[in-house]
Amino acid sequence: MRYGHPMTTTYAVLSEGLEKCFGDVHALQGLDLAVAEGTVCALLGPNGAGKTTAVRLLTTLLRPDAGSARVAGHDLVREPDAVRRAIAVTGQYASVDGDLTGRESLRLFAKLHRVPKPAVRADELLDRFELTGAADRPASTYSGGMRRRLDLAAGLITRPAVLFLDEPTTGLDPHSRNHIWTTVRDLRSEGTTVLLTTQYLEEADQLADDIVLVERGRAAHSGTPAELKALVGSYAEAVVARGDAMAGAAAVLDRLTGSAPVFDRERHAVGAVTTDPTLTLPRLVRELDAAGVPLLDASLRPPTLDDVFLRLTGGPRDDLGDDHDDGLKDDRPDNGTYSRTGSRTDNSKELAS
Amino acid sequence: MSTLAYDGTAMLGRQLRRVRHNPGLLILTQTMPITMLLFFGYVFGSALAMPGGEYRAFLVPGLLVATAANGIMTGMFQAAQDSHRGVTDRFRTLPMSRAAVPLGQAAADLVLTAAGTVPLLLVGLAVGWRIEGSALEAVAAVGLLLLFRFATTWIGILLGLVSRSEEAAGQLGGATFILPLLSNAYIPTDGLPGWLRTLAEWNPISAVTTALRDLFGNAPVPVDGAWPVTHPVAGSLAWCAVLITVFMPLAVRRYANGGR
Repeated sequence: MRYGHPMTTTYAVLSEGLEKCFGDVHALQGLDLAVAEGTVCALLGPNGAGKTTAVRLLTTLLRPDAGSARVAGHDLVREPDAVRRAIAVTGQYASVDGDLTGRESLRLFAKLHRVPKPAVRADELLDRFELTGAADRPASTYSGGMRRRLDLAAGLITRPAVLFLDEPTTGLDPHSRNHIWTTVRDLRSEGTTVLLTTQYLEEADQLADDIVLVERGRAAHSGTPAELKALVGSYAEAVVARGDAMAGAAAVLDRLTGSAPVFDRERHAVGAVTTDPTLTLPRLVRELDAAGVPLLDASLRPPTLDDVFLRLTGGPRDDLGDDHDDGLKDDRPDNGTYSRTGSRTDNSKELAS
Repeated sequence: MSTLAYDGTAMLGRQLRRVRHNPGLLILTQTMPITMLLFFGYVFGSALAMPGGEYRAFLVPGLLVATAANGIMTGMFQAAQDSHRGVTDRFRTLPMSRAAVPLGQAAADLVLTAAGTVPLLLVGLAVGWRIEGSALEAVAAVGLLLLFRFATTWIGILLGLVSRSEEAAGQLGGATFILPLLSNAYIPTDGLPGWLRTLAEWNPISAVTTALRDLFGNAPVPVDGAWPVTHPVAGSLAWCAVLITVFMPLAVRRYANGGR
């Protein structure tokens, strides 16, 4: 939705007011989604937010109670077969036959897709997903990563217009995870639209053009990773030489950011959230220095998606635009990881650049 | 329809391959009746009024039908296993025939039942059971047996799709064990109290068992009793027609909608 001119954008997935109840549980309460063709969209949210229900609705496995959606240009309820021809789905749980070998499964799916030479297509996919060595073993003997790769391969017998991945890397080792990430990037560059659900912020950050934060069955926020981070703001921090200098630093931060400073007395650190784009690190240092603060270290760290996630889904309900001063610190599970170590800033650097 | 045939054949192949890699359930369901034939035939048979050899010949058709009735358990177990593991959902997102998956399962089950019945027949021959009617009647008996199996499988598929639980399928498997006990599969029904006899004779297993005994030439058709038992071939066909007409469309519909 943020790529290209609005007039020319076509949406691979477009939903309005999707609702689904399971008995008393209102799993989706009016979900609006707009996924532009050829992009990767991540549905991010805690367990029970409705991500999986959304995928099950959009892949024709469930019928919506209310609302409408078009997938690959076809109406979900009126043309389910046309939708099925355009999509592929990889489930939250590996959904290939454990009793069949990888080769048998892929041949079966190739047959069901009416591929002219099922055996050849199966071999190509086994090769692409590094499963040739295990091709003739029952899938029940595969590792979790191998099963997930087989599952994904089964979804790519023919090139789908829209690929749905429900938590594609949950519980996977780094090698399998990277393999799946690479596949998603390749598919995107080939023009496939990908809608994935994930609980891993890093995954959304790495793969997604757009992120939709799903909370209580609704799209609570959406935007590019950078936009969501801008919504939360950066964290400006000054580490001073003496405890009695913290008040001076706090006064400067208060003036620059307009938000209440947060004190870490053990480290002699004072921090505050800012959404002001003109506040740069050089300016922060100059202002602190000009005020005579005995500065040891200063940082201006863009938020990670962890911050975004905790802030926008875990924090108080009605606090999104402007009052950054209280929630951020409360929501942060471990203030220490926020500081100089830099370990958690890697992603954000990549994204900011 | 050609879509259904093509997809159904592919699903038939899938089921057969599954069993080849994991034959446990098949072996269990097919060796069980052999064990029971030997156990009932020699242990219980010795205490019955009927001579032992005669009782074993009486028992073989009963065990064939009781094993066919296991289609409820096998069908339920496989359908539940597929639903539970998400394989069913996978097929349901494909642009394929909705009916092909359950139909492929039922067809594969039929192939396996046909093959799995051979050892029981051979052991039956070894312990004194004989085909005493014509070859044509014997073929008709096997056909009727498979038709009954086909009917019970659809009950199982529907239950499996509804329950989605392998555990429930296992528990129901134990419960289906009593169905042939309430029929003439293992014992003659003449000696039962009136109401129990009526119940047993209206059990579809009784009609099919009586038909098999008649077609194999093992025992004459009873002159008195409930209609399905006194007209066993017609009674069996009627029972199968009713079961298939009711449960097959329900199971196919359930599969297509997936409870959505």
